[in-house]
Amino acid sequence: MANVQMPAQNLPAGRGDNAFVAGLRRILRDPFSVAALVIYVLLVLVAIFADQLMTHDPTQIQFRANGRVATNQPVSEAFLLGTTNLGRDIYSQLIAGSRNALMVGVTAAISVAALGTLVGLLSGYFGGRIDAFLMRLADVALAIPFLPFVIVLSGFFRANTWNVVIAVALLLWPNTARVIRSQVLTVKERAYVEAARVTGASDLRILFVHVAPNILPLTFLYGSVAIGWAILTEAAVSFVGFGDPSRISWGFMLQDAFVSQALSRGSWNWFLPPGLCIILVVIAGFFLARGAEEVLFPKLRS
Amino acid sequence: MGFALRRLAHSLFVLWAVVTILFLMFRLMPGNPLAAYINEQLSEDDQRLIMAQFGLNRPLYEQYVIYLWNLLQGNLGMSFFRREPVWDVLKSALPNTLILTITGLVIAYIFGILTGAWLATKRGTLAEAVIVPAALATRAAPEFWIGMILLTIFAFTFGWFPSGGANSAGAAYTSEWDRILSRDYVLHLVLPALTLALYLQGLPLLLMRSTMLEILHDEFITMAKIKGLSPWRITIHHAARNALLPVVTAFALGLGATLGGNVVVETVFSWPGLGRLLVAAVAQSDYPLAQGAFFLISLVLIILNLIVDLVYGWLDPRVSHG
Repeated sequence: MANVQMPAQNLPAGRGDNAFVAGLRRILRDPFSVAALVIYVLLVLVAIFADQLMTHDPTQIQFRANGRVATNQPVSEAFLLGTTNLGRDIYSQLIAGSRNALMVGVTAAISVAALGTLVGLLSGYFGGRIDAFLMRLADVALAIPFLPFVIVLSGFFRANTWNVVIAVALLLWPNTARVIRSQVLTVKERAYVEAARVTGASDLRILFVHVAPNILPLTFLYGSVAIGWAILTEAAVSFVGFGDPSRISWGFMLQDAFVSQALSRGSWNWFLPPGLCIILVVIAGFFLARGAEEVLFPKLRS
Repeated sequence: MGFALRRLAHSLFVLWAVVTILFLMFRLMPGNPLAAYINEQLSEDDQRLIMAQFGLNRPLYEQYVIYLWNLLQGNLGMSFFRREPVWDVLKSALPNTLILTITGLVIAYIFGILTGAWLATKRGTLAEAVIVPAALATRAAPEFWIGMILLTIFAFTFGWFPSGGANSAGAAYTSEWDRILSRDYVLHLVLPALTLALYLQGLPLLLMRSTMLEILHDEFITMAKIKGLSPWRITIHHAARNALLPVVTAFALGLGATLGGNVVVETVFSWPGLGRLLVAAVAQSDYPLAQGAFFLISLVLIILNLIVDLVYGWLDPRVSHG
């Protein structure tokens, strides 16, 4: 990382075009942000190499040497995290679940960030009626109880992971939009925006060339938090039984454990790991948000 | 007064919008739109009766007016599965949900605010190094998973608390209050309320800590120190009071997630509340009941938001006079 730090000292943050790059460098110097990036990289790697990492087929029933179904096996060399009550390998399910988590997290994050940024930009820049309308819409979206909405949506339509992503995007954009809107309100008063307007730049050009780059860090910030929200939501929806039955997710594993009486049997090896994996990925979003906060609001830096 | 009326008008607008979305959502359901109201197992005559009552044979905008009118009169239809009026089913679940939510919120915010304020005075200590990550981890954990862990430890391993439900089977009570105030009910409430509180405390704790840290550097705190006031007095009277405002804001913004989160906590502990009712209704394709439960959860959320807004205006006069 030494080669990253060096130019960072030469380039003070917040100056012209290099503000973004400098911000990125500052993130790399924050231990929490680095931890977050490590978790994300790990998740991506596990998801990519899942086939190599799995020791068994996660959906296949496993048998013991004597030909019996290997139900409720403890942690062992053959079954790294033991088996479920129907003899499926928990470790392999955990690895397979990373794919679902990555897919749900990334698509939801992109849609929340894109929708929230767009609304925030339009609302903050144009103001007036557009602003009033969009912010009212945000109020309404925030007033809808989140999880019940997702459950109704995925329960009545075909159980499908994409329904979760759509619901997350539909209800989570207002938080992003509000923050971005307020940021746009200050950015659009800056001298260079005024200069661009005087030189005859169109609204769209000012919006996307001059204003948008300055709020991009905020977009990433809210996107990274949305990854966690989406994964938690998917887990909750799976847990109450409306998950996509064709996919193995960490939420599905927890539901499976819960309805199979793993709790009264004390099968910690079954329901502890998926929860810990979820915490890890969600907390990465928080860490990044925390690190990014210091970049975005330097006043807090001590 | 003007502020309170404006807030009330805003709440009514939001309520209308949510109700309209609900109307559209349940009409856009896949399959026969009539399925949202009519159980195919009912007799022809009963079906026709309901058709007329909800105007399902009329154009959409007329249906909408009838829907609003029925809603105003508290007519939410009949549950397919339970064969009783939706409102009667909801009425028995509402107190359980309110008690669970409020107990969880109160414990979480008292604990979070006090711990957060205390932690702000402990910068760079071991306490900070342990509590801050722990609070973050509980925020990041799935709520139902926290419930599963508590259930395994306290119900299945130690057997201290019952593993589900709100009352032991066979218990009879003379009134609803009698039921709720019974020792049995409180014992059943402990684990779900604790789960909710554990999940919720992270936000007030972390927020209180960070705003306190910021405020403790402000000039008026330095002034108080110069005046020779005790650290305790400065922390509570000067800093904490001002740090509370962002916590109240976050509380309001988080209410939606809290009430929604009840759904999974109620499922884990088989707590007979609105959330569990909603899950069951969706699973059984009991459209009227699902619609009613969703409506009531939204209504509770809007009312709580209104109360928080009014309290906020009272705490910070800049808002109500702005």
